[in-house]
Amino acid sequence: MSLINSMPEMALTTTVDDMLNWTRKSSVWYMIFGLACCAIEMMQAGGPRADLERFGSAPRATPRVSDLLIVSGTLTLKMALRTKVLYDQMPEPKYVISMGSCANCGGLFQLAYSVCDGVDRVIPVDVYVPGCPPRPEALTEGLIVLQKKISEERWLVRKDDQTVTA
Amino acid sequence: MDAAAIVRRIGERFADRIGDSDDTVSDPFVFVQPDAIREVCAYLKGDADLAFDVLSNLTGVDYPKAGAIQVVYHLYSYRHRHRIVLKVDANRDDPNVQSVCSVWRAANWLEREVFDLLGVTFQDHPDMRRLLMPEDWPGHPLRKDFVEPEEYHGIRTSRESLLK
Amino acid sequence: MHFQFANVLVFLAFGVVLVGLMMGLGSLLRPSNPQGRKLGTYECGELPTGNAWVNFNIRFYLIALVFVIFDVELAFVYPVTVVFRAWLERGQGLFALAEIGLFLGILFLGLVYVWVKRDLEWLRRVPANAASARGDR
Repeated sequence: MSLINSMPEMALTTTVDDMLNWTRKSSVWYMIFGLACCAIEMMQAGGPRADLERFGSAPRATPRVSDLLIVSGTLTLKMALRTKVLYDQMPEPKYVISMGSCANCGGLFQLAYSVCDGVDRVIPVDVYVPGCPPRPEALTEGLIVLQKKISEERWLVRKDDQTVTA
Repeated sequence: MDAAAIVRRIGERFADRIGDSDDTVSDPFVFVQPDAIREVCAYLKGDADLAFDVLSNLTGVDYPKAGAIQVVYHLYSYRHRHRIVLKVDANRDDPNVQSVCSVWRAANWLEREVFDLLGVTFQDHPDMRRLLMPEDWPGHPLRKDFVEPEEYHGIRTSRESLLK
Repeated sequence: MHFQFANVLVFLAFGVVLVGLMMGLGSLLRPSNPQGRKLGTYECGELPTGNAWVNFNIRFYLIALVFVIFDVELAFVYPVTVVFRAWLERGQGLFALAEIGLFLGILFLGLVYVWVKRDLEWLRRVPANAASARGDR
């Protein structure tokens, strides 16, 4: 028995939803999926100057405990199959940030024979962060946009009762 | 020893197994027959005056008009600080060259890469399989007549331009 | 005196109720979506191959054995130290010391034996001819 999407939209239930979303967005643990140069910028975003951990976002090595998959770098076709497996092994609710040109659309290497043109060919993406590579501040902005997206989700309230649109 | 002397030295021992050479270019080279390359390499490594103890690079070039795939060996000697390039012309329809893994262990992965990207098989290689491309990839990408497959395991390999 | 144990019962009940509440609330509010690939074993994106159970290194057994012996010896020494002052005041301090000293001495002989037989080393080196006859392991 689950309470998800079972309640009508009232002040009480939307407040509980807001609280749940606040807890979920303040603790978005990301899986380090650094494939190429964008990984360096992702490491810097987790470093002391542009700090991702102040948002509660800790880096994790395994998909089993992470909410977010930051795909940073060029995705080859060989790796794309493994990416799909890793995304499947993440527990819900899960989100994907596609970081950099190569993960958005294949980037500089779109015409190459071995490159998968964008990570959205294999997994659904929530936020695209453009750049080659994006600065750590840009990745932080991407995380904030994702947090806004998380705060608009409806967990207790029935989905069709939603009157607030994104 | 300069390149001309090295080529002369090889020619003394393997007169009929080597071909043209050129020492006016920045990387002087000499052609070797495909069935003699292991013997030549073993001699080059073992001889005290030549002592080519390092295989710097092993690559291939596809010449479809000449009907050959050329395998190129860059050798360097730390002891005498001289270098030479060996070139082997393999028949493009069935490229088969002796492996030099028994002479330099570095050739293991280098020859796997040439097999993966150009399709050249190396005799007596301990582990002849693809290195960079996935195991079930069709074709050899660096050949001039390689056509990219339309999709790979359901992933389309081309993306339409957003500017049109 | 029984009344004081009511504290323990209350704490126990609190613990059970609190944990049950947190886990129960979590199971009501979280999404549950067990699917094929998600239920499989994690092997860095590859399909899992081979057995997950590996053999333990047998040297751990030896370490555990030696540890248990000397840990129990230490446990035996503790009560002696607790009552030693009382025995000392009664004039039997020397007798107590001799008894515990004899106990420690016998076990020290055991330690010396294990040490000389080279069982305290992680990689127990055997004489060279025996190693080559058995093959390298």
